[in-house]
Amino acid sequence: MMGLISYFSFFLMLALIYGIATMGLNLQWGFTGLFNAGVVGFFAIGGYAFAIIIGPDREGLVGGFEMPFVIGLLGALVFSALAAVIVGLATMRLRSHYLAISTFGIALTIQLVALNFESLTAGNLGLIGLGRPLADAFDTPLGFNLFYLGLVVVATLVVYGALQMILQSPWGRVLRSIREDEEAAISLGKDVRLFRLQAFVIGCSLMGLAGALYVGSIGYVSPFDFLPILTFQIWTMLILGGSGNNRGAILGAIVVWGVWTTSGWFISSILPPAWQVRGAASQVILIGLILVLTLLYRPRGLIGERISVSSGARLDGQ
Amino acid sequence: MGQLIADGILTGAILSLGAIGVTMTLGILRFANFSHSELVTWGGYFALTFVAFAGTTAETFGPLSFGWSFVGAIVFAAVATAGLALLVDFLVFARLRRRRAAEMTLVFASFGVALLLRHVIVVIFGPQAVYYTGTLQFAIEILPGVRVMPDQMLVLALTLVLVAGLHLMLKYSRLGIAMRASAENTDLARVHGVDVRMVIRWTWAIGGGLAAAAGVFYGLTVQMRPEVGFALLLPLFTAALLGGSGSVYGAVLGGLIIGLSESLSVLIIPTGYKQAVPFLILLLILYARPRGLFGDASR
Repeated sequence: MMGLISYFSFFLMLALIYGIATMGLNLQWGFTGLFNAGVVGFFAIGGYAFAIIIGPDREGLVGGFEMPFVIGLLGALVFSALAAVIVGLATMRLRSHYLAISTFGIALTIQLVALNFESLTAGNLGLIGLGRPLADAFDTPLGFNLFYLGLVVVATLVVYGALQMILQSPWGRVLRSIREDEEAAISLGKDVRLFRLQAFVIGCSLMGLAGALYVGSIGYVSPFDFLPILTFQIWTMLILGGSGNNRGAILGAIVVWGVWTTSGWFISSILPPAWQVRGAASQVILIGLILVLTLLYRPRGLIGERISVSSGARLDGQ
Repeated sequence: MGQLIADGILTGAILSLGAIGVTMTLGILRFANFSHSELVTWGGYFALTFVAFAGTTAETFGPLSFGWSFVGAIVFAAVATAGLALLVDFLVFARLRRRRAAEMTLVFASFGVALLLRHVIVVIFGPQAVYYTGTLQFAIEILPGVRVMPDQMLVLALTLVLVAGLHLMLKYSRLGIAMRASAENTDLARVHGVDVRMVIRWTWAIGGGLAAAAGVFYGLTVQMRPEVGFALLLPLFTAALLGGSGSVYGAVLGGLIIGLSESLSVLIIPTGYKQAVPFLILLLILYARPRGLFGDASR
């Protein structure tokens, strides 16, 4: 029983962490129409920045700051935002597929840096022994898991609330207008590039935050936690849940993560060892199918966007 | 240094073939097809399958590592990959086009398709690296300090032939003119009686065939594994964008430049970062000249 609760709380925690990243992607894609093909890169920047900031002193490595947990989270936000600015400034005025390939490139570059820049990231060994927040206060792993789950739930609610607030603000309305009819927005004097850049940077910092929370939960970081498949998983979470809708983003994250872990469990228990790699590939095929089929047959996802009508509009046909 | 240049030209040739398909899809179909690089992988594996069934003939052509069965394999791979590209268009992209989906939706879908194509290969063929032949080839020293294998020289020669053939086709044949017209202005081409749907089909077919050639050449000179396409995605797109989206000649030049840059980069940066070179070039292009070398300023 305890094991089941522990497993389930771990599952939910990861699903919500991915949900935060999905909400970030939602801001970029669902509300601004930006195509971020390097989600995992920003997730990784957040994770590594967090690890380096809160980590203990290690021989030969940059670090030893041993800052508190919250500072680590903030650092993750800042560094992901910085990376987003570098990529964003180059591409905001161009057609979206330029952003797609640039974000793809930056994710790859981040992975190479994580593997090669040994004095910063310890290469493929990763950074271990990261202090977990209040870890000593809990006797059992279950206790810590539940506490961290609570932390992540709070973070999710804060992010959700903040996003809803800014999306319903004038800033959010401009964003939607850019997506719907860019020329009209420009004709009203809105600096479209700036709004797009802001949305892109905020979305990426949320992905970095998620990365930091992820690393914080497991207590170590390595390049192999940040594989390209994560980008695809998060997209599928968004498209399935319903892009343009933050509740959809969270729902999509839970559903897709559920499909992923369930299929993974099936594969590891049913398939013989020689077929495990093929089984893992089938998992990805499943994710790919969900993505493509949703795009083809139910583009609005599970929960579509709530079409909001301005209070001044007349609905009676006059 | 000479060796690096030779290797760079070889890589560049393979990249050029793949980049042509990317740039044609950008120009005529007007979207960035991120699954194109997976066609490269499929081309390589189609050839592998042919060789496995047809059996490698004992006789090889002179110093090359293969014989007639391989020639059949290349043709088979080109046709099969062209067919695969058409199938994917029929199942996914054409449907989205009919729905007048936004360009980014198509790009999004192409990433999903890429995911599927790549992992179906793993399920069918397994994740390990494979080679077309077990025989070793000895490199010939063509210039002081530059060693090239006969296979590599053939790849370069064949690439030149393919590109020249494509150039002639685009310049003088009716299809070629129709394709160029569609790339410049699809609606105007339609008005002039160009069957744009046929042009689209040929775009996929030619792009797929060239991608297959790239895959086979890569498999011949390096190795074949499921990630070949994914690893080429960034270089291919950078090459196409460097050349200018929609420009076939640009794609060829872009491919060569990327290949040479990657190869020569080891002189200045650690080899671990070699794969990031196309990304750095991409950023440079985007900041300095987004339309690339031969691209249209309006794109």
